[in-house]
Amino acid sequence: GSNMEGTGPEWLSAEVKTGTTIIAIEFDGGVVLGSDSRVSAGDAVVNRVMNKLSPLHDRIFCALSGSAADAQTIAEMVNYQLDVHSVEIDADPKVRSAATLVRNISYRYKEELSAHLIVAGWDRHEGGQVYATLNGLLTRQPFAIGGSGSFYVYGFVDAEYRKGMNKEESQKFVLNTLSLAMSRDGSSGGVAYMVTIDEQGAEEKVILGNDLMTFFDQ
Amino acid sequence: KMEKVCDAQIKGVSTGTTILAATFDGGVVIGSDSRASIGGEYVSSKTINKVIQVHDRVFCCMSGSLADAQAVTKAAKFHLALHSVQMETPPLVIAAATILKDLCYRNKEELQAGFITAGWDQKRGAQVYVVSLGGMLVSQPVTIGGSGSTYIYGYVDAKYKPDMSREECLQFAINALALAMGRDNVSGGVANLAVITESGVEHVVVPGNKLPTFHDD
Repeated sequence: GSNMEGTGPEWLSAEVKTGTTIIAIEFDGGVVLGSDSRVSAGDAVVNRVMNKLSPLHDRIFCALSGSAADAQTIAEMVNYQLDVHSVEIDADPKVRSAATLVRNISYRYKEELSAHLIVAGWDRHEGGQVYATLNGLLTRQPFAIGGSGSFYVYGFVDAEYRKGMNKEESQKFVLNTLSLAMSRDGSSGGVAYMVTIDEQGAEEKVILGNDLMTFFDQ
Repeated sequence: KMEKVCDAQIKGVSTGTTILAATFDGGVVIGSDSRASIGGEYVSSKTINKVIQVHDRVFCCMSGSLADAQAVTKAAKFHLALHSVQMETPPLVIAAATILKDLCYRNKEELQAGFITAGWDQKRGAQVYVVSLGGMLVSQPVTIGGSGSTYIYGYVDAKYKPDMSREECLQFAINALALAMGRDNVSGGVANLAVITESGVEHVVVPGNKLPTFHDD
């Protein structure tokens, strides 16, 4: 078909998405979250180093996927609401409270919003917890994966997950899953971001592309 | 209220499916699930065979529209048998794959079928070829296809090693099919596999309740 001059490249008007791979897993004493770093608008990669692991509180993080604007806005709103809540109760908030706040926004505005956040963290009541909030549902799981890249690794996580993994094994599980998804999903890529949260606090790490796992055909 | 008419009803029964083939040291394993569904809403067959023998040591697996795939395989079987008689020798695996590719490429407007061809021949040993929807032909050591395959790309990338033993490769294939069938609602039933080596062909059928289970099963 013909193309009118002056409409500009397609990616200028395309919605900006964090087509993505995100994962969070609980271990005895904390959680590990991981994400890739690619943000795309149509065919163009508009940010190749975006950190999709966003802090909601000192020991509670969320992983963003779907529409970049929607996901960021939800995270910022909940960050504010949690600050207010933790002052009101004069204590650190529960992970379930953070997840509930995310779920409330996702459910109420489900027609307008297009984002899925996985909420994970540590609190002194229940230890490490992972919550999925897809489409306004709230469910606690031993681990959760999300984003466009997650479809390629359902088989891998189903086969490899074992109950009772320790911190190092959980970190390895997160990185391997991210590597596999990033190598197959066109909307995932760049570097891997990882956050490990336990009683001591939250430790953030960046793993560069060439330090990730490689496979038999590389 | 309008009735939903989907492509599948027009094209006939469709195989939402999981198929795979993998080479090991001395042979190749090819396998699939056994579900045929109409538009993802009704399982029209629980025990359909998607692993078709096109010659003594050459098998193929079909995906996409089952009607199209059956028609193409029937034509390919005929061409391959004739070719083999003319050459007075068992056909090369690449010959079988090329015949399928030609059919798919020349009729690409009407057809919606993809194939995995796997087998053993005297010249190149164990091989796996993929014919995609538009008629591209590519050789790979391991390949997966069908709607269920998206869920096991990560597993296959992580777990496949070239030159595995026969038992390792068979277990790898069964695990991969079981994982895909567990996540894809249009794949399921039993796992049908064939192990092809220089000495012959062994059929392996794993019923649904004997498939490996994983952490949440």
